[in-house]
Amino acid sequence: MFDYNFHWRPVLKNLPDLLGAGLLTLQVAVLAMVVGIVIGLALALIRMHMRGPLYWLATGWVELARNTPALFQLFFFGFGLGAFGLHLSPFAIVLCGLSFNCAGYLAENFRGGFQAVPETQLRAARSLGMTAWQAYTRIIIPQVFRIVYHPLTNQLVWAVLMSSLGMLVGFRELSGETQFFASRTFRIFEYFAATAVIYYVIVKIILLASRLLAARLFRY
Amino acid sequence: MQETISFFSGFTPNDLWFLGEAALRTLWISALSITIGTILGGVFGWMLYEGKLTAALTLAPVLDIFRSVPLIIQLVLFYNFAPIVGLDLDPFGSGVVILTIYTAALVANVARGGIEAVGKPMRRAARSLGMSYWQDMRYVVLPIGGRAVFPAWVGVALGVMKDSALVSVLGYVELLKASQILITRTQEPFLILAIAGAFYFALSFPISRYAAKLEQRWAQ
Repeated sequence: MFDYNFHWRPVLKNLPDLLGAGLLTLQVAVLAMVVGIVIGLALALIRMHMRGPLYWLATGWVELARNTPALFQLFFFGFGLGAFGLHLSPFAIVLCGLSFNCAGYLAENFRGGFQAVPETQLRAARSLGMTAWQAYTRIIIPQVFRIVYHPLTNQLVWAVLMSSLGMLVGFRELSGETQFFASRTFRIFEYFAATAVIYYVIVKIILLASRLLAARLFRY
Repeated sequence: MQETISFFSGFTPNDLWFLGEAALRTLWISALSITIGTILGGVFGWMLYEGKLTAALTLAPVLDIFRSVPLIIQLVLFYNFAPIVGLDLDPFGSGVVILTIYTAALVANVARGGIEAVGKPMRRAARSLGMSYWQDMRYVVLPIGGRAVFPAWVGVALGVMKDSALVSVLGYVELLKASQILITRTQEPFLILAIAGAFYFALSFPISRYAAKLEQRWAQ
């Protein structure tokens, strides 16, 4: 059946490079998540409390991010901005694209989280003498965080998986690096099989860490 | 006087035709994968629900792999794996196979959730009325559970439609690949990407809005 000789040696030789690229994948995903959380939170708050142009801007962002392919968004930051003479580095393209996408998806999660906390909580905190800031940081945000914790974990996993698109815009993260080695040795199957395993392990580590952290954070 | 030859030419109405054809290919590969994948995913979901320990130890980890490895890696891996086992698949065939399995892996969880959403008492009542197992499945579980997870299924289907853009990595000329080709020729990235993005958006936005509305109405 197999008319094909598997050659794993070059893969083994390049394994340290692949693992290093895996670290880069993780870095860009985490960075995009951090940016995405900040912008997503802002988008959610704007959509809940504001009217006018800012509302439409935030809504447009969220709907565009959710209703177009992530690859389209990467291409936009890659080639689309080139029309305005703006040329980003591959790293910046992936970071911008992922952040844009994550912010859109997270904004909806945050909005759901805020809406799930009853308004009476805020009023109760305020009538206990807390300032608005105290009420938000001590009463509302912790409850919202609990609700959006699992969606956040899922989004991080998606960010890791999505960063593989970096391969198509010339970014040498795990997938890009794999393609580079694969095209040099023509051992495409072997390299991509190894990469698939690395992605799987990264995702499992994230899920495990998230579960351990949740057990620690949400003891009560 | 010698005329200068340009490798680039502007965007013409003919190119719209080219984009339109590519958009149809996007629709075709998505529709095919989503249809087969949903049927397969329904069966998998039922197996996960009924199979208990056996399914949890065999089927679940396999489906989990397809959700933990980036789609683009799966596509490249399968496209290069098929010839090794003697399968002669073009990019379209490979794309359909992987997108179908990917859809099935996502739908399996949705389907299992749907079956679980139908209360045990309801099913016992159905069986007590003399319905057979399959009658119970067809006339009780399918309408009630299906309704509970329909919005989630729409989300999966739209996700696959957007992810079908990744089949371009195998050389299948769907909408995003076609735009890339046109961008290279016309050097008008912004216009062409806007057209491609508008197509995805026009398809995804109304459907996701409709699903959200249904979810709201059914929640009452």
